[in-house]
Amino acid sequence: MLEQYIPILLLICLAIILAVSFIVLSHVLGPNRPNSNKLGAYESGMDPIGQARDRYSVSFYIIAMEFIVFDLEVVFIYPWAVRYQEFGAGTFWSMMLFIGILFLGLLYTLRKGTFDWDLVHSRAKKSSY
Amino acid sequence: MESVNELVTILPAIIIGFAGLLVMMLDAYIENVRLVFRTTTLFTLGALGIAINDMFGHSGEAFYGLITYGGTAAFGAVLVLIGTLVTVILSRDYLEKTGSHIAEVYSMILFGTFGMLILVSANNLVTLFLGIETMSICLYVLAGLVKNEKKGVEAALKYFLLGAFSTGFLLYGMALLYGASGSTFLTDIATLDDKGMIYWAGVALLLVGFFFKISAVPFHMWTPDVYQGAPTTITAYMATASKSAAFVAFIFVLSRALPEARAEWGDVIWLFSILTMVIGNVLALVQDNVKRMLAYSSIAHAGYILIGLAAGTDAAYSAVLFYLFAYTLMNLGAFGIVAYYEWHKGLDFTEVKNYAGLGFKQPVMGVLMSIFLFSMVGIPPFAGFIGKYRVFAAAVDEGLISLVVVGVLASAASVYYYLRVLINLYMHESDPGITLIRPGVLYSATLIILAALTIYFGVKPGDLTNLLGSFKGISY
Amino acid sequence: MDTYVHLVPWIVIIPLVGFLFNGLFGLFSESFQTRKTLIGSIATLAVFIPFLIAAYLFILMQGDSESVSVSLFTWIEVGDFSTDIGYRLDQLSLLMVLVVTGVGALIHFYSIGYMADDEGFWKFFSFLNLFIFTMLNLVLADNMLLLFLGWEGVGLCSYLLIGFWYTDMAKSDAAKKAFLYNRVGDFAFLIALFMIFQVIGSLRFEDILNGTNLFTGEQVFIIGLLILIGATGKSAQIPLFVWLPDAMAGPTPVSALIHAATMVTSGIYVISRLSPLFMLSAELMLFVAVIGAFTAVIAATIALTKYDIKAVLAYSTVSQLGFMFLALGTGAYVAAMFHLVTHAFFKACLFLGSGSVIHAMHHVENKLHNEGKKVHFDPQDMRFMGGLKNYLPHTYKTFMIATIAIAGIPPLAGFFSKDEILVMTFNAGMGAYGEVYIGLWALALVTAFMTAFYMFRLTLGTFHGTFRLPGKIKEAKDAEKYLHESPFTMTSVLWVLAGLSIVGGFIGIPNFVVSTFTGTADVNLISNWLDHVTLNADLIIGKEVEWLLLFGSVVIALLGVFTAFRMYDYNQLEASDAGISEKLGAIYQVWSDKYKLDEIYEGGIVHPTIRFSDRVLAVFDIRFIDGFVNAVASIVRFIGGVMRYFQTGLVQTYAYGIVLGVIVIVAMLLFR
Repeated sequence: MLEQYIPILLLICLAIILAVSFIVLSHVLGPNRPNSNKLGAYESGMDPIGQARDRYSVSFYIIAMEFIVFDLEVVFIYPWAVRYQEFGAGTFWSMMLFIGILFLGLLYTLRKGTFDWDLVHSRAKKSSY
Repeated sequence: MESVNELVTILPAIIIGFAGLLVMMLDAYIENVRLVFRTTTLFTLGALGIAINDMFGHSGEAFYGLITYGGTAAFGAVLVLIGTLVTVILSRDYLEKTGSHIAEVYSMILFGTFGMLILVSANNLVTLFLGIETMSICLYVLAGLVKNEKKGVEAALKYFLLGAFSTGFLLYGMALLYGASGSTFLTDIATLDDKGMIYWAGVALLLVGFFFKISAVPFHMWTPDVYQGAPTTITAYMATASKSAAFVAFIFVLSRALPEARAEWGDVIWLFSILTMVIGNVLALVQDNVKRMLAYSSIAHAGYILIGLAAGTDAAYSAVLFYLFAYTLMNLGAFGIVAYYEWHKGLDFTEVKNYAGLGFKQPVMGVLMSIFLFSMVGIPPFAGFIGKYRVFAAAVDEGLISLVVVGVLASAASVYYYLRVLINLYMHESDPGITLIRPGVLYSATLIILAALTIYFGVKPGDLTNLLGSFKGISY
Repeated sequence: MDTYVHLVPWIVIIPLVGFLFNGLFGLFSESFQTRKTLIGSIATLAVFIPFLIAAYLFILMQGDSESVSVSLFTWIEVGDFSTDIGYRLDQLSLLMVLVVTGVGALIHFYSIGYMADDEGFWKFFSFLNLFIFTMLNLVLADNMLLLFLGWEGVGLCSYLLIGFWYTDMAKSDAAKKAFLYNRVGDFAFLIALFMIFQVIGSLRFEDILNGTNLFTGEQVFIIGLLILIGATGKSAQIPLFVWLPDAMAGPTPVSALIHAATMVTSGIYVISRLSPLFMLSAELMLFVAVIGAFTAVIAATIALTKYDIKAVLAYSTVSQLGFMFLALGTGAYVAAMFHLVTHAFFKACLFLGSGSVIHAMHHVENKLHNEGKKVHFDPQDMRFMGGLKNYLPHTYKTFMIATIAIAGIPPLAGFFSKDEILVMTFNAGMGAYGEVYIGLWALALVTAFMTAFYMFRLTLGTFHGTFRLPGKIKEAKDAEKYLHESPFTMTSVLWVLAGLSIVGGFIGIPNFVVSTFTGTADVNLISNWLDHVTLNADLIIGKEVEWLLLFGSVVIALLGVFTAFRMYDYNQLEASDAGISEKLGAIYQVWSDKYKLDEIYEGGIVHPTIRFSDRVLAVFDIRFIDGFVNAVASIVRFIGGVMRYFQTGLVQTYAYGIVLGVIVIVAMLLFR
């Protein structure tokens, strides 16, 4: 009974081995010339030291939100993609409708300038952002 | 392809959803707010027409029992769509005059309405939850519509936090009920024989979720802050459409999923009805801001409606539906006029003393406000009276005398704060610096129609009550 | 008939539309207010079209047609009790509708000229239309409750229109007085309604009239008495008649329409409508007759002494209404309705004629003012008039015709109807309580004499002789040059009404007049028309007696006219009055003081009530009731103030509140 879980066990082992080996290898092979910047905590390029209540550009939040939205929708699409042939045309068109609506959302955010990083020069400055 | 044919049963929702997407695209690519407004109005009108037609059609279940249609569900849709339509019409002038007329309002309203339409026809806990969340998220956004208004943003955040908090309870309740019964279908839950701890905990948390949505005491505290902070027409939307939707769904849950536990939830609702009526009215008495006062008044009204739910008979449910109808008409009207007065001096022009002498400056508006307020007090011949009377009568039939006594006393006390507005409108010297603009034809026509309906259904409630009385069987 | 019944609601709806149209547009548009021709035409049409509809229905309807009801919608539904907004069309209601809309339309038309210079023109016409609407509800109602709505509605309109010139304190007081006296009657009426409902379980006329056998004799008497008290308020009978003379403060067309032709007859209508109920109790009928006869004679005596032309007409109206009540009390409902119709014609004509006179006198006063002369006189006072027949020929002729009609000289309208009442009263003298009825008959005969006398006194004093104003007031020398006839819109109406006063009586020629010559006859149209809907007393006396009575009443009337001519022609007005006053002494003083009724009510009821409320009730009210109310209010406010502290504005507190609620609910459900 437990035999069927052996591939998973193997996969876990493989993952551990790979992870450990990469860290070890980079430590051994990589050049090691530390300076203060490199030793600081990594915060996606931001200055890690300063006021906790700093103001971020709203674009960060928007991009993050967009990401989460589109990322989450994939959760719905995966199971459908695996099994849709069994359910027939109705399910297929339902999903097309779903993706269509999602696509409209994408068009909307595109037009509103969500992806123009430089908001100052984008046409979005006169709209609501 | 049975479900394609069944699409017709949720046609109003489809129309509204489609309109929402359309309006969103129009806003992004054509950027014509007027066009957006017109599209929204037309589609809402169409959906309302279909929903009214559905009321008289047959009723049943569709989509494997996920939703119900016709009867009470259709009437709920009518309530929601009336609220939406009036909100949309009033919002244009109001937002234009107060300088925050942006097209997103309309798409958010439409999406919110879509959620409400799903909510009123939900026959399954999941559908119910989807409806509630779609509705709530749009409301959070709408509450904070005016971004540079501190109070509005604060209101939106408060609403969001507490809404999320209460949604947690609601979801837990649903999960527990699912755990106890093994089904999310309302009617399946009703057939459960073994009612254990999990079941009762589920019922309790479900009640909490609904109590929050209808702002029963002590889940009401967000209401005054949010109602005051949100733009007034949006407040009207929250106070009418979303409440009607929540109440209709509440009726469905109580009557379909929990009919066997009527004695138990009857007691709970009995207690919270009294709390809501007493505290809602008492706090309304001490308010100096009209929007806040109306917020507490809507809490108080929720208390009266809970009397009907506590009675829990078919007659009581149909009385509640009538009450919701009257409530929708008069609240839309009253908020519409509060919004109108705000045109002139900005968003803070909602203190009672601001209204001094305004009744004579635009007599039509003054008279309309009087009609709506008298209807809220429950004075014949306005619809509000019939609503109260029918709810109280249904409760008396069930022997809930104590509730009705509290209800009558509370509404007697309510005369004070409603009339206070009228006294300011008519019996105080007005500030000579204020001149009122004549409202546009569409704006005043909408309010006049609301007032006319308030009177019409106060004088001749027979047809509507007969119709509501015929919603039985599958509807409850 | 049934196919046309759907027309009935329109009779009522059209005046309402007229009221709403003029009222709303007038309220919201200043420019609309100045478009007087438009306003007047709409208002007149809003009454005239219903008249046409009623006339059409009249042509279709036969004397023996069954009554038809049309229900618009259910008005009130409480438990077993249900009342419709429903209208009942039968011979009686149709007759009333014809009078109300016919005379109403004429008076509307007249008012266009009469009110032309008034600022509240639009208001006046919308009130008039509202009045017509409520009055039609009153007469067409198929149940007592809707009738009561109309009953109160006409009271309201009467109040609004008496106090139309509300800036004048006296006029607004008169309006209040009318309203309050009416309220006394309405209260009794309402109790009667409750009692009827208690016995019958319904307020529909059909059920009431079919269920008269359910009443015990005592109930009949009490209910009838209460309705009678209601009717004495609305129709100005003893003891509640004192408001009507004061009601003349309103514009003259209002006096003609509301306080002569229509509203004041609603009491008679209601009693006729309920005739099967009233006929059950002989005592009740006697009571009605006594009230009527005494009102007739008392009002007539007061009318003898008055100089204000509208006041004379007002008392004359009270007196004629007394005649109608006398007829009701003798079971002669047809006669009462007949007199109601003819009275509507000639009294409207008289009032409108007096309006024309007042209009002219007013004009004189204004012109004198324009000349810079400070002349003040009462334009309604006969003593300043005289000789107007040369200046206002049309008004004079029509006024004279109407006066002859009211005096009861054949073959004009008033003769037939009044004679019928006298005959029926004598007839009642053959039945139960016969002696009393004979006494009442004698009283009525005296009143008939006085009617002829004071009416000719009025006409002669006003129109004959010479214009007395210049003689009375020095500055008003040559003032007669300012006298002029009223415009065509006004005089044409006078002529129509005068014409009706002449021919109106022919609808009720007594059968015996013809049958004496031909053997049998069927010429009494109004009797045939109404016999079906009212329960009338039988005629017992023979033809010979009827002829005798007829001649008697002619002689009496002619005697009155003759005496009046002897005494009042050629400017002898004041001299003759002084002569009478001297001869009669104290009695004349009593008449002139209106029997001191106002003072008696004031001293006997109003003052004690005020004193009692002031000393006892007010103290109780302030100390106990207000104290209690204030205590409750301050406690509530205190609680509210405390509760406010929980409304902190902090989300944490709110969440805390939610958690508390959750705990309570979970506890309630888990630990049941």
